[in-house]
Amino acid sequence: MNALSTTGDFVRLHGVTRLFEGGGGVDDLSLAIPRGGFTVLLGPSGCGKSTTLRLIAGLETPDRGRVEIDGRDVTALPPSARGLSIVFQSYALFPHLTVAENIVFGLRVRHVPRAERDRKLKDALALTGLEGLDARKPAHLSGGQRQRVALARAIVADHPLCLMDEPLSNLDAKLRHSVRQEIRALQRRLGMTVVYVTHDQTEAMGMADHIILMRQGRIEQQGTPAALYQAPASAFAASFIGSPPMTLIPAELAGVPEPPQGHARARLMAGVRAEALRLQPAGTGWLEATVVASEFLGAETFVYLQIEGGPQLIARVPGRIDPAPGTAHSLSWAEHATHWFDRDSGRSICAGAGPRTNAESQPAPQTAAPPAA
Amino acid sequence: MPETGAPTRVLDPIARLQRRRHALYGWMLLAPALTLLTLFAFLPTAATFWASLHSRGTARRPSVFNGLENYLDLIHDPNFWTVVGNNLLYAGVTIPLSIALALVMALWADARLPLRGFVRGAYFTPTILPMIAAANLWLFFYTPGLGVIDSFTGLFGLPPVNWLGQPQTALWAIIVVTVWKEAGFFMIFYLAALQTIPPDLKEAAQVEGAGRFTYLRRVLLPLLMPTTAFIFINALINSVKLIDHLFILTKGGPDNATKLVLYWIWEMAFSYFDPARATALTVLVLLVLGGVAVFQFTIVEKRIHYR
Repeated sequence: MNALSTTGDFVRLHGVTRLFEGGGGVDDLSLAIPRGGFTVLLGPSGCGKSTTLRLIAGLETPDRGRVEIDGRDVTALPPSARGLSIVFQSYALFPHLTVAENIVFGLRVRHVPRAERDRKLKDALALTGLEGLDARKPAHLSGGQRQRVALARAIVADHPLCLMDEPLSNLDAKLRHSVRQEIRALQRRLGMTVVYVTHDQTEAMGMADHIILMRQGRIEQQGTPAALYQAPASAFAASFIGSPPMTLIPAELAGVPEPPQGHARARLMAGVRAEALRLQPAGTGWLEATVVASEFLGAETFVYLQIEGGPQLIARVPGRIDPAPGTAHSLSWAEHATHWFDRDSGRSICAGAGPRTNAESQPAPQTAAPPAA
Repeated sequence: MPETGAPTRVLDPIARLQRRRHALYGWMLLAPALTLLTLFAFLPTAATFWASLHSRGTARRPSVFNGLENYLDLIHDPNFWTVVGNNLLYAGVTIPLSIALALVMALWADARLPLRGFVRGAYFTPTILPMIAAANLWLFFYTPGLGVIDSFTGLFGLPPVNWLGQPQTALWAIIVVTVWKEAGFFMIFYLAALQTIPPDLKEAAQVEGAGRFTYLRRVLLPLLMPTTAFIFINALINSVKLIDHLFILTKGGPDNATKLVLYWIWEMAFSYFDPARATALTVLVLLVLGGVAVFQFTIVEKRIHYR
């Protein structure tokens, strides 16, 4: 609980490699996870994020490289000696044990005295809102309740590090949203360091202090959610983060603004966020486009447009508009909202959003400064 | 027809027809099983019970009703107690031993090891063999002086032993054959059950600091309880039912040392032509097995976690 006051890196991987015969895994991965923060490992399936988590947990042993937790080399230690807890995607609750027995399983294994066990159980039940359900078996709980039991089991031991492997993926959308906030609040309250694996970028954006975006066993980009959103380091990061994803337009299309000096149009992609796109009467903007469909979402409308000789894209327009499919429009955007990417490597040429962002294209350890409620 | 007093539900004719149709379907679906069970289980059981209440008929003296006399006769026969004792020992050793061995083999064959398929196949082989063939095989193992066992012990200068020929070792020799035969079969059930247990549970237990033994005791065994209960019932039934090897190995001897209940029933019925005592003993066996089944379904079931 006093982890809040200290800063620095809590988990470090040094050149860790773990490859599988069938493909996948991580290759020469080095990363640092700040103490007391909420770090999300984000990426598409098969990018190595779960492997990274399992390597930290000790459920996998690296082929090469070292794992360090709290300044201690734990590479050779079993999971139980690393001082961490895990929330599994499947929750991994013991079906024959009651909620209470599930939660204190580890405490019993470690022969924690009964009085202390009961006290910790009571605290964990209260923290996760499971009071009154302690005598039930997992089969008689809803998905959300099972998720809380897994969470309670993870926090009952007071381990400073908690690893979560897509803990919300088995919940329905509405519940997912509220549980997200609960997990975040719990993490702040207990001052735990959380490493959270997900493939859902909205989850990552909504919860993380620090996002590590992974792709094919390597780190694509890392930083705060805002940094990743406003200054994506690559076309992949740009299209993976944000909903709808950033539109990428071949730069040689007529009407696209002038690229940065020293770069040929034909080698570049221009990226624009959906909310930066302005819909104008035909002929008045930079790019001509035809409305394909529109989706009214209440506060905003997604307009699907087809660019002449280019890709389909989505514009995010505030309020409600109702453009008929087939009508011609013109698109424009603020020039500084353009992100330039090299077409071959996918790397960013320079962060287009300019001085308004506190852009971090290089990772800097983020420290959470949670306001104590 | 209007009724006074208790209110009755008036059904629409369509609903009534529908209900009748459902009932008819129900009986139709039940009919095949009911017919077969009646023909081959219920009727023979009733006939056996009826026969057990009658005396042994001969050409001169026809069978007459004599109440429980057959049962009393049995109880006063010292052979009865020998046979019951034999069977209790046989069941008491083969059941726990074959279950324990099956579990150990399943845990071993479930682990990631080279030649896993071969290990599983090897364990399962005794099950594929007919009991008669297996018994002949073991007869060769047990042959005094020449058999595999004596040839092996002879290497260390031990004298030959007539394993099947002396009352002290004969029943134990039979028990060994049964365990060898049954454990592989039960292992398959454990193996199947082990594969339904998600690997996450093991990892979760590992993270919580549970060692291999704790995981086995606190997680694996409770989760395998439904399988164990199923295997237990099977082993129990087999301890009464499985007597094929007696015909080859000992024929109940020497001096009744390996005579089990069912073998004795067979002997009484078809060697001594004494249906009166055979049916009485059959009824006693059915009563005991029925009692065990009731115990199983009322008391044991409640303590088992089924997913």
